[in-house]
Amino acid sequence: MPVFYTRDHEWIRVENGLGTVGVSEHAQEQLGDVVYVELPEVGRVVKAHEQVAVVESVKAASEVYSPVSGKVVAVNTALADNPALVNDDAEGAAWFYRIEIGDPSELSSLMTPEAYADYLATLG
Amino acid sequence: MSDLLRTPLFDLHRELGAKLVAFAGYEMPVQYREGIVAEHRWCREHAALFDVSHMGQIAIRGKDAAIALERLVPAEIAGVAEGRARYTVMTAENGGILDDLILSNAGDHLFLVVNAACKRGDLVHLRAHLEPGCEVVELADRALIALQGPEAERALSRLAPGCTRLRFMQTAEMPLRGVRCRVSRLGYTGEDGFEISVPSAEATGLARALLDNPEVRPAGLGARDSLRLEAGLCLYGHDIDRSTTPVEAGLAWTIGKRRRERGGFPGAPIILRQLVEGPPRKLVGIRPEGRAPAREGTEIVQGGVVVGRITSGGFGPTVGGPLAMGYVPTALANPGTPLGLRIRGRDEPARVTALPFVPHRYHR
Repeated sequence: MPVFYTRDHEWIRVENGLGTVGVSEHAQEQLGDVVYVELPEVGRVVKAHEQVAVVESVKAASEVYSPVSGKVVAVNTALADNPALVNDDAEGAAWFYRIEIGDPSELSSLMTPEAYADYLATLG
Repeated sequence: MSDLLRTPLFDLHRELGAKLVAFAGYEMPVQYREGIVAEHRWCREHAALFDVSHMGQIAIRGKDAAIALERLVPAEIAGVAEGRARYTVMTAENGGILDDLILSNAGDHLFLVVNAACKRGDLVHLRAHLEPGCEVVELADRALIALQGPEAERALSRLAPGCTRLRFMQTAEMPLRGVRCRVSRLGYTGEDGFEISVPSAEATGLARALLDNPEVRPAGLGARDSLRLEAGLCLYGHDIDRSTTPVEAGLAWTIGKRRRERGGFPGAPIILRQLVEGPPRKLVGIRPEGRAPAREGTEIVQGGVVVGRITSGGFGPTVGGPLAMGYVPTALANPGTPLGLRIRGRDEPARVTALPFVPHRYHR
């Protein structure tokens, strides 16, 4: 299953036209202890780069932007009770939402894991 | 961050894996490897070491220094016995607060610890009003280390057995590792603990010696902020500033009895009138009922009308949920009063809560 990353540190894992979205391990490290996650409503139609979620650490609130356009079909309710899951498994169990990808061509503007690693290196 | 100042403990912070941020012109540790929540909990259960050397340390010398300083603060300084410390504020003519500080009677001088962001202005203000009768000296060659938590005494007493004689808000000079330090039993976490004023050259050695104790771990400004918020303590520039009076901020207890009768400090007419008539607004504790933190600047609403703003807000690890402080009209200041917090366009339910959120555990 291919995974892509955004410059804002979201990831999207793609399978059968469905994308699973979360925030990257790097984002998790930068945020510190996550204490609250606000998820989109199931059924919401979003555009690429639109704000869909909020993740709050002890320090601050950060916005989460959708990597692609489409319709939200599921959200990870486990994050409501256990926001710290983002710190434990950012790119696995702590996925935020699943989206029906409206325009697969948008994926080509995202970064591969290798390109994202290079991008992180430039951030110092 | 090249134009930022560094404290004498800077290299130690780096060695300990600190994440550094700009704060009040200094490059300071916001957290170490363990993270803010773990550092916060360690302080509540054991002992945490904070570098607060960015804060200003000031000595005021002169025969009538206490009487002179009373012209700038509403506390009764002349009544502070040697070896005692007091929390007070410097007020402005409009009744606002120029800074909050800890003042100690150090025998031959008054010892002040003021906020980092205010210290330049404080020095100008103090000199303008106290010189030439008194001498105002910035103790720029001293670091300040806070050791806070229920096991702080046990750890510190291995280096300074005399610290056990101090009670809350008492202060004394004592040798630590052969170096004369000022040890004061106070802090800003709500826990028992000490602040140690130490010559800069000896600061790293002292911090290492304290960290050698199994009870002690380093904690950054992040944990310091969540600890003081749970303790309901005001942060200058956020909960109190030139636009808030001590009465509005819940700091009327810092105004001495004699000062209430006679005034004689900046803003006294406004402040003393508020003491009698009650202030138009009050700083209160607020607990959101949901899990979303309400950050500084969040609008407080009632009946769809904005009635105030959050001045400090975040997550309290000991409380286990979000918590905040903010100003509301006095009619809405009673604990239990329902309020809305406008978070990302929605009015989230919250309630006024008595401060502190977590009981103080001072060694009285």
